[in-house]
Amino acid sequence: MTQVVCLILIGAGIVLCLVRMLKGPSTVDRAVAVDTSATVTTALLVMLAAVFKRYVYLDVALVYAVLTFIGAVAIARYLERGL
Amino acid sequence: MELLGTIVVVIGTAFLFLGSLGVFRLPDVYNRLQAGTKCTTLGAFLTVIGVGLMNPGWFPKTLLIALFILLTNPISSHALGRSGRKSGVPLWEGSVVDRSDDLKEQEPRE
Repeated sequence: MTQVVCLILIGAGIVLCLVRMLKGPSTVDRAVAVDTSATVTTALLVMLAAVFKRYVYLDVALVYAVLTFIGAVAIARYLERGL
Repeated sequence: MELLGTIVVVIGTAFLFLGSLGVFRLPDVYNRLQAGTKCTTLGAFLTVIGVGLMNPGWFPKTLLIALFILLTNPISSHALGRSGRKSGVPLWEGSVVDRSDDLKEQEPRE
Protein backbone atom coordinates (compact mmCIF):
# COMPACT_ATOMS: atom_id res chain seq x y z
CA MET A 1 0.00 0.00 0.00
CA THR A 2 2.75 2.42 0.92
CA GLN A 3 4.65 1.50 -2.21
CA VAL A 4 1.60 2.22 -4.36
CA VAL A 5 1.25 5.68 -2.81
CA CYS A 6 4.96 6.36 -3.43
CA LEU A 7 4.70 5.25 -7.06
CA ILE A 8 1.63 7.47 -7.61
CA LEU A 9 3.48 10.47 -6.13
CA ILE A 10 6.48 9.88 -8.39
CA GLY A 11 4.26 9.43 -11.44
CA ALA A 12 2.40 12.68 -10.69
CA GLY A 13 5.76 14.44 -10.42
CA ILE A 14 6.86 13.14 -13.82
CA VAL A 15 3.55 14.26 -15.36
CA LEU A 16 3.99 17.77 -13.91
CA CYS A 17 7.53 17.95 -15.36
CA LEU A 18 6.25 16.82 -18.76
CA VAL A 19 3.51 19.49 -18.74
CA ARG A 20 6.18 22.10 -18.02
CA MET A 21 8.28 20.68 -20.83
CA LEU A 22 5.36 21.08 -23.25
CA LYS A 23 4.44 24.59 -22.05
CA GLY A 24 7.84 26.10 -21.27
CA PRO A 25 8.40 29.48 -22.98
CA SER A 26 12.12 29.15 -23.62
CA THR A 27 14.44 26.29 -24.49
CA VAL A 28 16.17 26.41 -21.11
CA ASP A 29 12.77 25.81 -19.44
CA ARG A 30 12.36 22.61 -21.38
CA ALA A 31 15.91 21.51 -20.62
CA VAL A 32 15.36 22.12 -16.89
CA ALA A 33 12.11 20.14 -16.98
CA VAL A 34 13.79 17.23 -18.76
CA ASP A 35 16.69 17.26 -16.28
CA THR A 36 14.31 17.23 -13.31
CA SER A 37 12.17 14.46 -14.74
CA ALA A 38 15.31 12.42 -15.45
CA THR A 39 16.33 12.56 -11.79
CA VAL A 40 12.79 11.63 -10.76
CA THR A 41 12.89 8.72 -13.21
CA THR A 42 16.12 7.44 -11.64
CA ALA A 43 14.35 7.30 -8.28
CA LEU A 44 11.38 5.61 -9.99
CA LEU A 45 13.63 2.88 -11.41
CA VAL A 46 15.09 2.19 -7.96
CA MET A 47 11.55 2.04 -6.53
CA LEU A 48 10.58 -0.46 -9.24
CA ALA A 49 13.61 -2.57 -8.27
CA ALA A 50 12.27 -2.60 -4.71
CA VAL A 51 8.71 -3.41 -5.81
CA PHE A 52 9.54 -6.25 -8.20
CA LYS A 53 12.55 -7.55 -6.16
CA ARG A 54 14.86 -7.40 -9.18
CA TYR A 55 18.49 -6.51 -8.48
CA VAL A 56 19.19 -5.84 -12.18
CA TYR A 57 17.01 -2.72 -12.25
CA LEU A 58 19.61 -0.96 -10.06
CA ASP A 59 22.10 -1.24 -12.93
CA VAL A 60 19.52 0.33 -15.24
CA ALA A 61 19.08 3.20 -12.79
CA LEU A 62 22.84 3.77 -12.54
CA VAL A 63 23.33 3.83 -16.33
CA TYR A 64 20.32 6.12 -16.72
CA ALA A 65 21.75 8.57 -14.17
CA VAL A 66 25.11 8.66 -15.97
CA LEU A 67 23.58 9.17 -19.42
CA THR A 68 21.18 11.92 -18.36
CA PHE A 69 23.99 13.80 -16.61
CA ILE A 70 26.05 13.74 -19.80
CA GLY A 71 23.00 14.78 -21.84
CA ALA A 72 22.17 17.73 -19.57
CA VAL A 73 25.76 19.01 -19.68
CA ALA A 74 25.84 18.65 -23.48
CA ILE A 75 22.56 20.58 -23.90
CA ALA A 76 23.82 23.33 -21.57
CA ARG A 77 27.06 23.65 -23.49
CA TYR A 78 25.19 23.78 -26.79
CA LEU A 79 22.85 26.52 -25.55
CA GLU A 80 25.77 28.51 -24.18
CA ARG A 81 28.14 28.73 -27.12
CA GLY A 82 27.10 26.26 -29.80
CA LEU A 83 28.64 22.93 -30.62
CA MET B 1 15.12 -1.87 9.28
CA GLU B 2 12.19 -2.42 6.91
CA LEU B 3 10.12 0.22 8.74
CA LEU B 4 13.00 2.73 8.74
CA GLY B 5 13.54 2.22 5.02
CA THR B 6 9.84 2.70 4.30
CA ILE B 7 9.73 5.95 6.27
CA VAL B 8 12.80 7.29 4.44
CA VAL B 9 11.29 6.33 1.06
CA VAL B 10 8.01 8.11 1.87
CA ILE B 11 9.86 11.30 2.87
CA GLY B 12 11.94 11.09 -0.31
CA THR B 13 8.96 10.67 -2.63
CA ALA B 14 7.23 13.61 -0.94
CA PHE B 15 10.28 15.73 -1.71
CA LEU B 16 10.30 14.48 -5.32
CA PHE B 17 6.65 15.42 -5.79
CA LEU B 18 7.15 18.86 -4.24
CA GLY B 19 10.17 19.52 -6.47
CA SER B 20 8.18 18.63 -9.58
CA LEU B 21 5.32 20.84 -8.37
CA GLY B 22 7.85 23.68 -8.06
CA VAL B 23 9.03 23.06 -11.63
CA PHE B 24 5.42 23.27 -12.74
CA ARG B 25 4.35 26.38 -10.82
CA LEU B 26 7.25 28.78 -10.28
CA PRO B 27 7.41 31.86 -12.55
CA ASP B 28 10.99 31.90 -13.83
CA VAL B 29 13.70 29.69 -15.30
CA TYR B 30 16.01 30.26 -12.35
CA ASN B 31 13.33 29.70 -9.71
CA ARG B 32 12.32 26.50 -11.48
CA LEU B 33 15.94 25.43 -11.61
CA GLN B 34 16.28 25.96 -7.88
CA ALA B 35 13.17 23.91 -7.06
CA GLY B 36 14.03 21.23 -9.56
CA THR B 37 17.56 20.83 -8.25
CA LYS B 38 17.42 21.05 -4.47
CA CYS B 39 14.19 19.18 -3.81
CA THR B 40 14.93 16.55 -6.43
CA THR B 41 18.48 15.91 -5.22
CA LEU B 42 17.36 15.38 -1.63
CA GLY B 43 14.30 13.38 -2.70
CA ALA B 44 16.20 11.03 -4.98
CA PHE B 45 18.95 10.61 -2.35
CA LEU B 46 16.43 9.67 0.36
CA THR B 47 14.46 7.36 -1.94
CA VAL B 48 17.50 5.43 -3.11
CA ILE B 49 18.99 5.17 0.39
CA GLY B 50 15.60 4.02 1.70
CA VAL B 51 15.42 1.21 -0.84
CA GLY B 52 18.93 0.21 0.24
CA LEU B 53 17.78 0.13 3.86
CA MET B 54 14.78 -2.02 2.97
CA ASN B 55 17.02 -4.61 1.27
CA PRO B 56 20.36 -4.65 3.14
CA GLY B 57 22.06 -6.79 0.48
CA TRP B 58 21.56 -4.00 -2.07
CA PHE B 59 23.03 -1.27 0.10
CA PRO B 60 26.45 -0.80 -1.65
CA LYS B 61 24.97 -0.29 -5.09
CA THR B 62 22.22 2.04 -3.84
CA LEU B 63 24.87 4.04 -1.98
CA LEU B 64 26.80 4.32 -5.25
CA ILE B 65 23.72 5.59 -7.13
CA ALA B 66 22.90 8.04 -4.33
CA LEU B 67 26.43 9.45 -4.22
CA PHE B 68 26.44 9.81 -8.00
CA ILE B 69 23.16 11.76 -7.94
CA LEU B 70 24.44 13.89 -5.06
CA LEU B 71 27.60 14.79 -6.97
CA THR B 72 26.32 15.28 -10.52
CA ASN B 73 22.89 16.90 -10.12
CA PRO B 74 24.25 20.27 -8.90
CA ILE B 75 26.84 20.29 -11.70
CA SER B 76 24.28 19.82 -14.47
CA SER B 77 21.90 22.40 -12.99
CA HIS B 78 24.75 24.89 -12.63
CA ALA B 79 25.61 24.40 -16.29
CA LEU B 80 21.95 24.86 -17.28
CA GLY B 81 21.59 28.06 -15.26
CA ARG B 82 24.81 29.49 -16.66
CA SER B 83 23.71 28.71 -20.20
CA GLY B 84 20.34 30.34 -19.56
CA ARG B 85 22.04 33.48 -18.28
CA LYS B 86 24.42 33.62 -21.21
CA SER B 87 21.74 33.01 -23.82
CA GLY B 88 19.77 35.94 -22.40
CA VAL B 89 16.72 34.41 -20.74
CA PRO B 90 15.11 37.30 -18.79
CA LEU B 91 14.58 37.27 -15.04
CA TRP B 92 11.14 37.37 -13.46
CA GLU B 93 9.99 40.99 -12.97
CA GLY B 94 9.74 40.44 -9.21
CA SER B 95 13.40 39.52 -8.89
CA VAL B 96 15.32 41.59 -6.35
CA VAL B 97 19.02 41.18 -7.06
CA ASP B 98 21.10 40.18 -10.09
CA ARG B 99 24.82 39.75 -9.53
CA SER B 100 25.61 38.07 -12.82
CA ASP B 101 27.67 41.09 -13.88
CA ASP B 102 30.38 39.71 -11.60
CA LEU B 103 30.58 36.87 -14.06
CA LYS B 104 31.51 39.14 -16.94
CA GLU B 105 34.57 40.51 -15.13
CA GLN B 106 36.01 37.02 -15.09
CA GLU B 107 35.63 36.65 -18.85
CA PRO B 108 39.14 37.69 -20.05
CA ARG B 109 40.68 34.73 -18.26
CA GLU B 110 39.13 32.32 -20.72
